[in-house]
Amino acid sequence: MRYLPKSDSERRQMLEVCGASSPEELFAHLPEAARLHRPLDLAPGISEYEIVEYFRARAAENANGYACFLGAGVYNHYRPVLVDAVVSRGEFLTAYTPYQAEISQGTLTQIFEFQTMICQLTGMEVANASMYDGSTAVPEAAMMAVRATGKGRVLVAKSVHPEYREVLRTYAKHQGMPVDEFGYLADAGTIDLEDLEQKMDGLTGAVIVQSPNFFGIVDQVKAAAQIAHKNGALLVVVFTEAVSLGLLEPAAEADIVAGELQSFAISPSYGGPYAGIIATKEKFIRQMPGRLVGQTTDSRGNRAFCLTLATREQHIRREKATSNICTNQALIALMATVYMTVYGRRGLRELAQQNLAKAHYLAGRLTPRFSGKFFNEFVARVEGKSPEDLNKALLKRKIIGGLPLGRFYPELADSVLLCATEMSRRADMDAVGQVMGVPAIAAAEVLA
Amino acid sequence: MIDKVRSHLSQNEALLFERSSPGKIGYQLPELDVPAVDAAEALGAENVRAEIEGFPEVSEVEAIRHFTRLSTWNYAIDHGMYPLGSCTMKYNPRINELVARTEALAWAHPYAPESLAQGSMEVMARVEAVLAEITGMDAVTLQPAAGAHGELTGILLIRALLEKKGNPRKKILIPDSAHGTNPATAAIAGYAVQNIKSSATGLLDVGALERIVDQDVAALMVTNPNTLGVFEENIMRVAEILHKKGAMLYMDGANMNALVGMARPGDFGVDVLHLNLHKTFSTPHGGGGPGAGPVAVKKAFEPFLPAPRLKRAARKLVWDYKRKHSIGRVKAFYGNFGVLVRALAYILAHGGPGLRNATMDAVLNAVYIRKRLEPYFDLPYSSPNMHEVVFSDDRQAKLGVRTGDLAKRLIDYGFHPYTVSFPLIVHGALMIEPTETESKVEIDQFIQAMISIAKEVESDPQMVKGAPYNTRTSKVDEVAAARKPVLRWKPPL
Repeated sequence: MRYLPKSDSERRQMLEVCGASSPEELFAHLPEAARLHRPLDLAPGISEYEIVEYFRARAAENANGYACFLGAGVYNHYRPVLVDAVVSRGEFLTAYTPYQAEISQGTLTQIFEFQTMICQLTGMEVANASMYDGSTAVPEAAMMAVRATGKGRVLVAKSVHPEYREVLRTYAKHQGMPVDEFGYLADAGTIDLEDLEQKMDGLTGAVIVQSPNFFGIVDQVKAAAQIAHKNGALLVVVFTEAVSLGLLEPAAEADIVAGELQSFAISPSYGGPYAGIIATKEKFIRQMPGRLVGQTTDSRGNRAFCLTLATREQHIRREKATSNICTNQALIALMATVYMTVYGRRGLRELAQQNLAKAHYLAGRLTPRFSGKFFNEFVARVEGKSPEDLNKALLKRKIIGGLPLGRFYPELADSVLLCATEMSRRADMDAVGQVMGVPAIAAAEVLA
Repeated sequence: MIDKVRSHLSQNEALLFERSSPGKIGYQLPELDVPAVDAAEALGAENVRAEIEGFPEVSEVEAIRHFTRLSTWNYAIDHGMYPLGSCTMKYNPRINELVARTEALAWAHPYAPESLAQGSMEVMARVEAVLAEITGMDAVTLQPAAGAHGELTGILLIRALLEKKGNPRKKILIPDSAHGTNPATAAIAGYAVQNIKSSATGLLDVGALERIVDQDVAALMVTNPNTLGVFEENIMRVAEILHKKGAMLYMDGANMNALVGMARPGDFGVDVLHLNLHKTFSTPHGGGGPGAGPVAVKKAFEPFLPAPRLKRAARKLVWDYKRKHSIGRVKAFYGNFGVLVRALAYILAHGGPGLRNATMDAVLNAVYIRKRLEPYFDLPYSSPNMHEVVFSDDRQAKLGVRTGDLAKRLIDYGFHPYTVSFPLIVHGALMIEPTETESKVEIDQFIQAMISIAKEVESDPQMVKGAPYNTRTSKVDEVAAARKPVLRWKPPL
């Protein structure tokens, strides 16, 4: 077998050293009843070419050649070729967690750069080396706020990604961490500050809002911070669309930022792997979960990096750790690092501006439901038919429409969440407008 | 003698921020085909930021050189043996990377209509089926993102089943040889942790267990083979003791590389286990992730698995969200699909008989290393080992040289160190896992290096303690890093 680098004669030599006459003998100490006495019911191994064919056949059963206007936490952005070139290097791809600093400076230096760029992007003072994804970063951020404040209750906005809220509830359930939700304004689509104010109490340790929120709207972070802080809670600000940070003022009022970096060169890949982040103020470092890289020197006095502050982590503190998280998403964080480097200071802004322009062009052909200011996605009301029927009609034109919202928000059952990015073509956006029933003449006006 | 490596030049490289100069770019966007929008107007002037202070400004050429230079400062499996115990650092086949990038799989949106995602769903259904067969379990969830995440999912499943039966119980038993994630997980799932001491042979102490297990115990979390690389020979008796008192047997599948095709947890009494696809099934560690931590369960736990579940309806696959007993979601969407693709490619390449051969080679390599190194290093537990072997630094410590020092010296010989100081039940542990993908030549070189270091300890212990000498970065001051944390770059004042 091509992955097993031994000849039979080498195996025999090694068995001899082991004092065994066959490899099976090395398993003889396993209790008879615990052993498998038949071959696994799996087909024999196949060649590389057949493996490629298998996955090509599966890919053919997916969407091929469709324009896609889905966002909702996963965004279709172009991936610069440098990203694949870098992550395909075996030195990054096939290295372990950089515990042995002397021979892991590549990964460590890059994570230090990643942490720095996440701070620059979010306006926070420290960032960790990445979390599994945005959805798991949220409960980790909530747990962190609870530890920092000593107050167990969590208030989360309904305009936070619905699946993130589901994950939060799963984590919170058995930790004595009650989770309550507050609403959004039916007209603006921003958080309902009165509802938040009313539900706030002295037992609440974390207030969680998302901006741009699940409806794509730039939310009232400052006002939420005031209410949270007045009551002794921390504010957790969530983002799912990292490209928005190229243009949007970061939430400096936040105590913790928990986000998803999928937008930065990470293919949608049917839901993962992605990379989450947690960034915060320096004073909360000791409460922070996840790996951290710090700067130091080697014995010759050269700048060097290493994993640090491990006393927060499970392999040292065991049941008293800040989190059970062990793995981070190093390779995915590397992709995001390369992406941020390629676009850089100017490019990320220009990219964000293109997203803004495309989404506003698309919105111009439809009926946005909320009046709040949006970045690259928005909710549109579907008139004269159900969102599901609309999407069927779009599929006939090789367009995957927006996400029908009834599944998550019964009150928005007549609406879809649509996203346009730099990848969205004008012709496809015009087609969406046509199918949704906006007269072509309106499109012509915008062109002029 | 060091014959595996010799030094070569490596490039110095500044941090990106130090390399930046204003106006350099590494990108070009297409012309906008729609009217530009004034950001201040569309978003509100107060919501628009200035350009990001300090963000990199480099050209494409500088960007690729930067990351290439950094990469050369890493050791990786592609360089050679990476004998980290419990980490299963095996070769990462490149075909896995290629197929994971198949366009309509890599770019499938998780909210794409099910009719246009059948290929992705079929891959997941197949992964569920093969993992169920390999583990001997009845159902598998692919949602957890990594091993520790799988543990949390697994313990929540146990809690849910026990709750349904009327009492979630209070504590989780964890052997003192366990991975640190185990107790941390139990705490998050709302359980108290009771540590149990291993027996004199490094195994679960069945007598002690029998005394401890009562109506308050929800489960025992066990790694099998354990972190000494030793199969828990009484595992079926352990399961019996637990089950008799209504408690569950959870298995940490970190060491499944010793068992695939030879023994199945489902056949020896395990109720719930997680797998680490980035260990046993060859998906790349990538410098610390991504992983995937599927959880396999017995039938009784199936109703509680995270929603949604894949379901076959007529000839199509659908996502079933109506799961009223589900523990809920542990992650957005369905799991780390890209990692599942890689693991499936690996399983398809080996096939059933091949996986078994791989397991036999993995164990052969570890036993061979044990036999060859036993004369030079103290072996604290003499039970037969499987895929890894744990020595202690007992002999070398008498001359003042500890496991961490030996590990750093191993770097000079061209190898990544073994796992240092773990498991905790061995004082000064050297935990060595070669995996099946090392050639005899590579393993013999490793053995030679270890023997040579053992001799160096006797002739010049101080020299060994100063290692490594041959790396571009010499011994790193980790104490200073923690004392005064510098966790990001800042422009010089």
